[in-house]
Amino acid sequence: MKAIVTVIGKDKPGIIAKVSAVLADNLVNIEDISQTIMQGNFTMIMQCGLEKAKLKISELKEVLLKVGEQIGVSIHVQHEDIFNAMHKI
Amino acid sequence: MLNRKEIIETIDMVEKEHFDVRTITMGISLIPCIRDTAEETAKLCYDRICKKAEKIVKVASELENEYGIPIINKRVSITPASLLTSSFCGKEVVLAKALDRAAKTVGVDFLGGYSALVQKGMTSYEKSFIESIPEALAVTDRMCSSVNVGSSKAGINMDAVRLMGEIIKQTAERTKDRDGFGCAKLVVFCNAVEDNPFMAGAFHGLSEGETVINVGVSGPGVVHHALKSVKGASVDEVAEVIKKTAFKITRAGQLIAKEASKRLNAEFGIVDLSLAPTPVMGDSVAHILEEIGLDCVGGHGTTAALAMLNDAVKKGGVMASGSVGGLSGAFIPVSEDIGMIRAAEKGAITLSKLEAMTCVCSVGIDMVAVPGDTSASTISGMIADESAIGMINNKTTAVRVIPVPGKGVGESVEFGGLLGSAPIMAVSPYGCSEFIARGGRMPAPIHSNKN
Repeated sequence: MKAIVTVIGKDKPGIIAKVSAVLADNLVNIEDISQTIMQGNFTMIMQCGLEKAKLKISELKEVLLKVGEQIGVSIHVQHEDIFNAMHKI
Repeated sequence: MLNRKEIIETIDMVEKEHFDVRTITMGISLIPCIRDTAEETAKLCYDRICKKAEKIVKVASELENEYGIPIINKRVSITPASLLTSSFCGKEVVLAKALDRAAKTVGVDFLGGYSALVQKGMTSYEKSFIESIPEALAVTDRMCSSVNVGSSKAGINMDAVRLMGEIIKQTAERTKDRDGFGCAKLVVFCNAVEDNPFMAGAFHGLSEGETVINVGVSGPGVVHHALKSVKGASVDEVAEVIKKTAFKITRAGQLIAKEASKRLNAEFGIVDLSLAPTPVMGDSVAHILEEIGLDCVGGHGTTAALAMLNDAVKKGGVMASGSVGGLSGAFIPVSEDIGMIRAAEKGAITLSKLEAMTCVCSVGIDMVAVPGDTSASTISGMIADESAIGMINNKTTAVRVIPVPGKGVGESVEFGGLLGSAPIMAVSPYGCSEFIARGGRMPAPIHSNKN
């Protein structure tokens, strides 16, 4: 299963390090990553493979929500299918 | 990889524009539960609902977590209850209480289907059932009731129309300590649909499968936001934007519906393409119409703008879902839409204009508070008018009015939550009691004879 992790917030050093460390600890594989400034915000989008992950997607969401609170960014974790459904015919 | 803008667009829809799946409704056939006594039937119905819908709340919460789309309501609809109670007339409320308990046990917001379909004729057990509605709604919390009094094929059962005016008055009286709240859970239909996931009118039709999942999506806020990008553009461009937005919203609904049916071991029924507002700011159908260019909903141009909106939502939605059904149209409930509430407060929207609007959208005179001294025959007159619109135009129409006991025009009523609040609207001072007293059956229109 693939998940899309989206990190949005004020840019500062260490965001990628912190988020990717949590993903690595939980055996979540980052398969694609892009970052940019959108609407004045740091925006990072990661496509992640959860095939070998230690956590279910809902649990990973909880963990990353807390990480987001610690570093002051908002983090979303969503099943990739929702984006495919809404934006691809 | 997915397009970055599309990902952010979806997240913004949820976070800033109130995008959600409005309801996952499980339809359950209760035909196997029919027994001779009220107690036995009630027990079997309770057990069956609890077994079938046991996981609905849990599964909805899992889906919400995985896909990041809020699922606001979890509901159950059942076989029209008048078909279950024929052998214990006078004791229908025993079943009503069991249904309410079942709804609370499984944790759903509402259970719909305390219903009767009497568009052509009314049996003695159906009449007894309908007469039980005021008490049933007074002693339950989560149960909703509906009665279908007409159809394009059968015409309008004017005896049922007359009876329902009285039933609405009695329901208001029985729940007068809560401003007639019982009436918010009672809807009178013409051309009721069997797979509607929305309350108060949901029931599980006889032609449906054993257990079915129907999903209602929503997103007035998303459509409103999308329209801000086409200020001053021509109406066909506006329609195009609505269509594209409806497509996206419906695709999300379709995905959730499919996945929910799989996990709940039920058949996937339909996705209902209705735009359903809530009383919070930014989730209003009225505000979409104002974004299209009306000074205030209810003014001239409202019906035309609504017709276009309604049609464009369907065109976008139909391509997005494998199976479209339910009511599928923009809802215009007064108390549940902040824009409609404001328009009613300043007198911009009246019952006459609402009636005109129901010719081009779903579903009818909905969640309208009227003075407590409105007569039963005047309410029957409203039902007859709406039914005639539905019958002649081959569409579903409905009436859900609350004659608020002890209150009049200028006052308002607060129902709370998704049901919102409503200023009491004036009804015509001219009655129709002789017309309603005639009873009988209004013949079906000539165009119903298509064979």
